[in-house]
Amino acid sequence: MKAIVYVELKNGVLDPQGKAVSETLSRLGFDEVKSARIGKRIELELEDGLAKDAAEARVKEMCESLLANTVIERYQIELADA
Amino acid sequence: MKAGVIIFPGSNCDRDAITALKDITGQDPVQIWHKTTEWPKGLDFVVVPGGFSYGDYLRCGAMAGNSPIIPELKAFANSGGHILGICNGFQILTETGLLPGALLRNAGLNFVCRNERLIVSPNSSAFTSEYQSGSEVIVPVAHHDGNFFADDATLDMLEGDGRVAFRYADNPNGSARDIAGILSENRRVLGMMPHPERAIGGHEGGSDGRAMFTGVMNALATA
Repeated sequence: MKAIVYVELKNGVLDPQGKAVSETLSRLGFDEVKSARIGKRIELELEDGLAKDAAEARVKEMCESLLANTVIERYQIELADA
Repeated sequence: MKAGVIIFPGSNCDRDAITALKDITGQDPVQIWHKTTEWPKGLDFVVVPGGFSYGDYLRCGAMAGNSPIIPELKAFANSGGHILGICNGFQILTETGLLPGALLRNAGLNFVCRNERLIVSPNSSAFTSEYQSGSEVIVPVAHHDGNFFADDATLDMLEGDGRVAFRYADNPNGSARDIAGILSENRRVLGMMPHPERAIGGHEGGSDGRAMFTGVMNALATA
C-alpha cells in the first residue's frame, strides 16, 4: 500500500516562494496567474496487508510527529494500492 | 556554571558556541552528540547551536527536533535547566514544542547575513539580566528561515507575559511583531535567530552578545 501525504502552508501563512513563482510567471506572460502556493508531496510505501483505517491512523500520527508542523502547515493523506 | 553544547549532523556554529562558553566560563563545555540518550551530569546551561542540522531536510529543525537526545533535553528543561537555542537551535526548540511558534522562510526570500540592531524587551530572564531594558544591542544574524510566525493569540500571550526577549530595530526577515527572540514560560529557555556567540569581544567584531552568557552565569552563581 502507498500513502501520499500532501503538506502545505496554512492559509494566511506567508509563502514567499509561491509569491516569487507567481511573480515570475506573470513576468513570463502568464497573466492569468493570480497567486501560487508551494507544497510538498511525500510518498510512503507501507507494509502489505495493513487495513486501510489502521494505515490512515498511523500516517496521521507520522504527520503529527514529523511530516508536518501543524503550527504553520496542514496535511492531507491519500491511500492507494501500490 | 557547567555548560554543554548539543551537536547535530550539520550543526556549524557549535564551535562558535564552545569558544564563547570557554572564553566566558573558563571551562570547556561538554559536547553532547545528538545520538546519545545519556545526559551529562551536573549541567546548568545548554546551548542548541546554529547550523543546518540534517541539511534542513523536510523543514528546518524537523529532524533534529526528533533526535534521540531531545527527550533528555526536554527533561532538562522541565527540571529548570537554562537552554539557549541560537538560529537553527531556535528552529529546533520550536519543533520540539519547548518554545511556541515556528520559523518561516524570510519574507524577502534572501539569506540575510549582517549585523542587526536588536532592542532588549522588558522581561525578567537571566539571559537579559545584564542588559538595560529598552537598550539597543548589535548582534549578527545569518539565516534564510528566520521569519517568526505564531497565531495572534500566541503573539498576544508572548507580549502580555513579557516573553519577548529581543525585537529587531529593522526587521530583516518579516518576523511577526519584529520578534527576534522569545522565552519559555519559566524564562529559562530562550530561542533567538541572532548569534550572541558571535559577538563576545574577540576577533569577530562586536561584544554585545557577551552579557547574555555572563548574565546566565551570574544568575546561576547567585541562585
